Amino acid sequence: MKKSLFFGMLATAGIAAGVAAAGTLDDVKARGKLNCGVSTGLVGFAAPDANGEWDGFDVVVCRAVAAAVLGDASAVEFVPTTGKTRFTALASGEVDMLARNTTWTFSRDVDLKFEFVGVNYYDGQGFMVPKELGVASAKDLDGSTVCIQTGTTTELNLADFFRANNISYEPVPIETNAEAQQQYLAGACDVYTTDASGLAATRAAFESPDDHVVLPEIISKEPLGPLVRHGDNEWGDVVRWTLNALVSAEELGITSANIGEMAAAAGNNPEINRLLGTEGDLGGMLGLDAQWAVRAISVGGNYGEVFEKNIGENTPIGLARGLNAQYTDGGLIYSPPFR
Amino acid sequence: MADFSYVRTEIIPEREPPASTVGLVGWLRNNLFQNLFNTVLTIISLVVIVALFLIIVPWIISPTWSAASLAECREILHALGREGHYSGACWGVIRDRWIQLLFGFYPSDIYWRPILAFILLVVALAPVLYSEYVPRKLIWFSAVYPFLMPWLLWGGSLWVPLMIIAGIALGVAAHMMAASRSNNMFGFAVGVLVAVIWWLFLVAPVSEALQNIAAMGIRGVESRDFGGFMLSITIGVVAIAISLPLGIVLALGRQSDLLIVKAICIGFIEFIRGVPLITLLFVASTLLNIFMPPGTNFDIILRVIIMATLFSSAYMAEVIRGGLAALSKGQYEGADSLGLDYWQAQRLIIMPQALKISIPGIVGTFIGLFKDTTLVSIIGLLDPLGLSNAIRADSAWNGIVWELYGFIAVLFFIFCFGMSRYSMYLERKLQTGHR
Repeated sequence: MKKSLFFGMLATAGIAAGVAAAGTLDDVKARGKLNCGVSTGLVGFAAPDANGEWDGFDVVVCRAVAAAVLGDASAVEFVPTTGKTRFTALASGEVDMLARNTTWTFSRDVDLKFEFVGVNYYDGQGFMVPKELGVASAKDLDGSTVCIQTGTTTELNLADFFRANNISYEPVPIETNAEAQQQYLAGACDVYTTDASGLAATRAAFESPDDHVVLPEIISKEPLGPLVRHGDNEWGDVVRWTLNALVSAEELGITSANIGEMAAAAGNNPEINRLLGTEGDLGGMLGLDAQWAVRAISVGGNYGEVFEKNIGENTPIGLARGLNAQYTDGGLIYSPPFR
Repeated sequence: MADFSYVRTEIIPEREPPASTVGLVGWLRNNLFQNLFNTVLTIISLVVIVALFLIIVPWIISPTWSAASLAECREILHALGREGHYSGACWGVIRDRWIQLLFGFYPSDIYWRPILAFILLVVALAPVLYSEYVPRKLIWFSAVYPFLMPWLLWGGSLWVPLMIIAGIALGVAAHMMAASRSNNMFGFAVGVLVAVIWWLFLVAPVSEALQNIAAMGIRGVESRDFGGFMLSITIGVVAIAISLPLGIVLALGRQSDLLIVKAICIGFIEFIRGVPLITLLFVASTLLNIFMPPGTNFDIILRVIIMATLFSSAYMAEVIRGGLAALSKGQYEGADSLGLDYWQAQRLIIMPQALKISIPGIVGTFIGLFKDTTLVSIIGLLDPLGLSNAIRADSAWNGIVWELYGFIAVLFFIFCFGMSRYSMYLERKLQTGHR
């Protein structure tokens, strides 16, 4: 009852905000700054450095949109949001978009009246156990104690998984990832479960990462992506196609190194020409200029470059592309054509 | 003549007290090894203390100040032959981020502004806290400071604080005019009304117009850039400074004979005390957003300050009511018999005594409020605790916990312990020896 009331209120607010703020694109242009909701800090995805500059996999999406719309990748006001405040911040218009490792689910899309514009990272919930436990599969975890963050989809997934496999577990509720690391290392729980990307980052921070294994089972689908409010499709299109531009750039071989050359004059590949604005008027259809995608891609390179720089195999987090490879390489990353 | 040979005729010469009752040995025997039970307790305590020291001190003494990442810290410790999860602290994170923990994202070229605001805060507090040591004229500076501080921190046009001060002058002038025509109460209401209308609707356009005529101002800083201890201190100081007078008014209101005033005060106090601070903060950060028309820009820090102030003023009111309740009826009757009116009696007789009695409770509320400012991390403001999470999100420092929390704890301890010592000084100073 309480929950439905709360969600109802959120929904009403979403409608109100959507109606009143129809024209986010114009608002952002008038303001000269993009208000982008990010996480308060998630390794590889969003973190401020010592000078207060935000960087990370999600942050690049914000910067790319700002570059596309305003021509300046630094014209972003980063609004740190917690898991509890993110949806109200978006619904109330405090932020123009949310790029905060948020799982695309039915109820968030439909009931909370948000629009997920795409997926920039396919995640899934996994398990990490100490190697000495000798567990090879999550199905062997009967009777184990599990560290789990409260109030997240992971908690519900965990219950579903154990019930479906008819095995028992004892949850150890924790609030933050840092607390989970401490509890897990101190042996307060046998298993730590969260998104696989989070597990990799956590494991990488251990003194001896090799003593811990991430089990092969991935028990949930967690498509993470940027989202905007319902009801402002022009703005949703801008964010969606900015993300698609990054993805297409990788597919078409446009990198931060060669983009200057490729954008200088029309080449042989018409799709590259259309994307980079040397042919046709795709930017004008979005309400932007012809160079929008060039600026967006110049921020941090194409999707693959952004991935490699922030969370890829050469970073401490060391995530393989896996599901997040281009569809041509057997992954799920796929952009509709620029035509 | 009886022979009382057993009666001494001379005094025995003074001797040293037994070695077992004086000096270190005597102190130890009296305090630590008095009987079997105490001896056992002493030994157990000693073992625990020594064991703790043996763990903590080597951890603290760790030559990792210059490390640039957690991995580098581990290499340094590894090279020293120190292995294991708790073999040594990684102080590099403090070297790298202490400025951020103090100032948040405040622009680094104007750090002097919060620093100056903080130094001036001490100057402004001096006439209030140590009135006997500083010239009385300094109190004028204390009166100006509440307008100076926000201007220094947030920057912007100098006309805004000036116009806000002008609002007070306008209110006083309106009060005088109205009071001379009608009674005092009416004049007071008119004065307040004029000032509020001025502040709400006219300050912004007037100061903008003046800014266009004669630009005076410094660079503006967004509230989003506030963070770290600067944010905690800003919220804490403002909320403390406002909650005390507000608490006094509420406490008096609760004891008032006027029915409506009393009902409002009781309702306010009981409502606020019945709700957790986190709930109020969520109201400030999310519910207000929903109810206000979209596009309204109601500063988030201001919202949080208002909530924290309301919260602590309710507690303050109850603490002060305790002080009022401790006064005997004779004090009130004495004031009446001298012919003092209500406000004179409160100002000259009741409040000085009630506040003195309430000092420990008041300072306790202040300390609690200052520590409660860390709750703002839950609504996404980057106070020291929120920042510690953001710092851990840097892959170089992911996995560091105790160093950050320890640093934050030490700073908080310094402030809270300072407040606590001051309250003890104040109690001694105001001790008039009636008991």
